Amino acid sequence: MSEQTGLLKSSLSKKYLMAISGLFLIIFLTQHFIINLLSVFSADAFNNTSHFMGTNPLIQFVIQPILILGVVFHFVMGFLLEKQNRAARPQKYAFSNPSANSTWMSRYMILSGAVIFWFLALHFYDFWFPEINTKFIQGDMSGLNIDGNFRYHEELLHKFTNPIRVSIYILAFIFLSLHLLHGFQSAFQSLGARHPKYTPCIKNLGTLYAVAIPLGFAIIAIYHFFSH
Amino acid sequence: MKLLLKIWRQKNANTQGKLVEYVVDHVSPDMSFLEMLDVLNENLVDKNEEPIAFDHDCREGICGMCSLYINGRAHGPQTGVTTCQLHMRSFKDGDTIYIEPWKANGFPVIKDLVVDRSAFDRIIQAGGYVSVNTGAAQDANCIPVSKQDADKAFSAATCIGCGACVATCKNASAMLFVSAKVSQLSLLPQGKIEAKDRVLNMVKQMDAEGFGNCTNTGACEIECPKGISLENIARMNREYLVATITSEK
Repeated sequence: MSEQTGLLKSSLSKKYLMAISGLFLIIFLTQHFIINLLSVFSADAFNNTSHFMGTNPLIQFVIQPILILGVVFHFVMGFLLEKQNRAARPQKYAFSNPSANSTWMSRYMILSGAVIFWFLALHFYDFWFPEINTKFIQGDMSGLNIDGNFRYHEELLHKFTNPIRVSIYILAFIFLSLHLLHGFQSAFQSLGARHPKYTPCIKNLGTLYAVAIPLGFAIIAIYHFFSH
Repeated sequence: MKLLLKIWRQKNANTQGKLVEYVVDHVSPDMSFLEMLDVLNENLVDKNEEPIAFDHDCREGICGMCSLYINGRAHGPQTGVTTCQLHMRSFKDGDTIYIEPWKANGFPVIKDLVVDRSAFDRIIQAGGYVSVNTGAAQDANCIPVSKQDADKAFSAATCIGCGACVATCKNASAMLFVSAKVSQLSLLPQGKIEAKDRVLNMVKQMDAEGFGNCTNTGACEIECPKGISLENIARMNREYLVATITSEK
């Protein structure tokens, strides 16, 4: 990389990478939501899909590492940008009125991001670590419980019996929504994708996505909690 | 009107500043904000106190010299105006007004409310020009420019470089300023020739000056006295992306 362009060094490049990783995570979130939705309508469909996702080598050993890398990258870059941005104003204003010209969501992406980070830690503890343990440490790739049935739907239901856990999940979905309300459309702006015809559509689509997907996740969690 | 002013006083770039309270009386609602400060300074001079240093020049909203972060907003509570165009009728008798300088790593305080904005000059020097041969000017109709592009270039060129975008941005980012300077030239045929080098060099200088990154909050667009659009930032992002990938340097 030449000295002048410094693709990974300039402020703009960091924003491109932030936008691309963000859009990638948005696509992942859609896929995650669709599979979760299956759990409401058909335990069998959810079990079969989960088993496929959990045992397919392409998904497990190629797509999953890319996804984890994407998540880690988005977090690390987010905190790095925040650090630089804070350094850009070493002396704060004594009196500031930022709500006069910007939304809460746009100013507190780092806060909503941090909440999502802690949620992900819990989410990994709940599902990912036990899954890795069962499959790769205990070596049980069958996806079956002791009764010989698929275990995925049963494990899901088990997690959502605790009202505190359901509440934490719902709280995290609220912050996810706030993060997406700004992040979705902001990613397009960062990449320079702005056009008088399409930008209003992107903004509306972003708002719809930011409300519908986290709300959907929350409804699924509540549904399983009450379906016991 | 009688007002309580809390004004940032700072001896120079190397000393710590602080807010100092002043009471100013007999303020007419028809005064501009800077005229109100003139009255305060006359009172201070009468009392043998050091007057408050603040930037100003044309006092008609075109030079970009006046600044001031007033009650938490760049150029005060109105939008689309500079501080010299802000009138005291925007305030009420008995109000407390906080007056601070632009605060940003790229804009060090020189004294009181005066900051050094020469970082903007260096960014312009890095690429905000068009190289043309001198000699007889050619016929204006030789180079067609669409009305739409001419209008966009002109609106970008209305940037007066006051620095309100940096002052108001939570990251002290200079993206709106730099993108306006990039756009006003790259939209026109004469400026397209050096477009790649321009955007690369100006962004490089912007980063070197210690301004922050853009979070797309849109605060700059709202506080800009000339209404420079975020469309310019998107254009710069696009141009930089293409230039980074395709530049031979």
